[in-house]
Amino acid sequence: MTSGVLNLVLKRLGIAAVTLLIVLFAVFFATSMLPGDTASILLGQAATPEAVAGLREAMHLNDPAILRFLLWLLGLLHGDLGTSYANEMPVAALIGGRLVNTMKLAGITTLLSVPLALTLGITAAMLRGSLYDRTVTILSIGIISVPEFMVATLAVLLFAVYLKWLPALSSVNEAHSLTDLVRIYAMPVITLTFVISAQMIRMTRAAVIETLSTPYVEMALLKGASRSRMVLRHALPNALGPIVNAVALSLSYLVGGVIIVETIFNYPGIAKLMVDAVATRDLPLIQSCAMIFCLGYLFLITAADVVAIMSNPRLR
Amino acid sequence: MTMARAAAPRRFFLGHSYSLVGVVAALVILAWTLVAILAPYVIPHSIGDIVDDDYFGPMRQGLWLGSDYLGRDMLSRVLMGARYTVGISLAAVSIACFSGVVLGMIAAVTGGWLDTCLSRFLDAMNSIPSKLFGLVVVAAVGSSIPVLILTLAVIYIPGAFRFARALAVNINTMDFITVARVRGESTAYLIGSEILPNIIRPVLADFGLRFVFIVLLLSGLSFLGLGLQPPLADWGALVRENIGGLPFAAPAVIVPSLAIASLTISVNLLIDNLPQKIRDRDA
Repeated sequence: MTSGVLNLVLKRLGIAAVTLLIVLFAVFFATSMLPGDTASILLGQAATPEAVAGLREAMHLNDPAILRFLLWLLGLLHGDLGTSYANEMPVAALIGGRLVNTMKLAGITTLLSVPLALTLGITAAMLRGSLYDRTVTILSIGIISVPEFMVATLAVLLFAVYLKWLPALSSVNEAHSLTDLVRIYAMPVITLTFVISAQMIRMTRAAVIETLSTPYVEMALLKGASRSRMVLRHALPNALGPIVNAVALSLSYLVGGVIIVETIFNYPGIAKLMVDAVATRDLPLIQSCAMIFCLGYLFLITAADVVAIMSNPRLR
Repeated sequence: MTMARAAAPRRFFLGHSYSLVGVVAALVILAWTLVAILAPYVIPHSIGDIVDDDYFGPMRQGLWLGSDYLGRDMLSRVLMGARYTVGISLAAVSIACFSGVVLGMIAAVTGGWLDTCLSRFLDAMNSIPSKLFGLVVVAAVGSSIPVLILTLAVIYIPGAFRFARALAVNINTMDFITVARVRGESTAYLIGSEILPNIIRPVLADFGLRFVFIVLLLSGLSFLGLGLQPPLADWGALVRENIGGLPFAAPAVIVPSLAIASLTISVNLLIDNLPQKIRDRDA
């Protein structure tokens, strides 16, 4: 790898750092600057003006916003995420176990959907225009076009209501054996896999088709290479960059997907925690959850860009 | 995609050829638009009236789509739901695309620090997952129709900006722009009369795709209970309200889902089947 690539990657990471700061700023301001006085919400309608003023003072709410932002950032650096309004517990304690649950869900989904989507995407591109390709394409357009909750609803209807194979709700604490575990994770994972794979199939297929239309693949065709050799030896190595890029981008859809899926299946993950926090207007908890989601999302799209830069042979 | 173009017979109209799939998709969209406009005049019952003794009633004469979890007429609620889903999404996508495209063209024509700042800032906005952004805003200011429209618009401005800027930057290097600049034309004239006519077709296709994203996001938010608040209900909220009917496969939960799917799939198919000339970026 030459210094050119290194420079570009470093530049991209620098941009990501600046973006992170802007995002943190936006999250902080969206939650704390908008109407609705935190102190009066906390104390309820019966609060006296003096009590509200006292709490505002104690919570630094009278300080300039920029100062509070810096205080918040400083707290983050120390690993202090603040205290939940709703139940007075440190936010870090509330999030810890939930984050692990969400990571498990995302991890299993990734392990399942990446091989599945790549196989379908690449084979669809190889057999472009065939009945198989058309079926895969139409199905993936269909899944992309409907909201995640509909995929989840259909999955429940099919697997829990009609076939009665799986429970409609999952409760992680009741898992005692491997079968239990499979039954619990099956439904959320199936739903997420559908949503993520559809995106990945489309992007992978497009990437391979683009490579297949390049002059060197045409050359391979003219010299009499077989179709599979053409794809596997000539096109695929060059399409690898765009494909990895597509995988990272599709995985960023997990962030939106888990919010819906955890709510529907009542899965005790961090997204469910956040939706509940929205219902109780628990701002420190929302800020921290939002930050974790933004971090994950930013990490994935930055990874996608870095891979795209590194896989460009012109820069090597 | 290619499959539909290859498979369907072609129709010719106004100098373009259209595939059958595209025509059908356009008709579905037209139908939903008419429903959205005419809904208050054609609904058989008021959306709040309880007209059935049974809840999750089946389809029968008089209640063509059955009844919901309170025994209200589902047909009326779905027709009125179209008004909210299509109306809010259309308003949001119009604001998003108008602001995004104007800013994008200005950034491309002006260049320099303005371009850098706008691009950097909007890219950062793009790094906030859309559902999360919606959740945070609704948590902060509560949910109402204007808030929903503005939030959805703000979420999709960066994407529209990026798309329009990329197109406009290409046009900006053309000779006729240089000539116009030398003539001393203003920025407003450059973007309105020189750039816009050259990028309008891909921008309109992008408008359609963004409309789908917004419909999906709005439905998702409503499904989480963070979108439209009762007694109003868009399609996402209708699915949420009646999710209890799922075990009985009640029409009350299936019909609104089908409504969302028919609208979004139609828009996607219409755009996929637009004549190449309209759809392509470098048209």
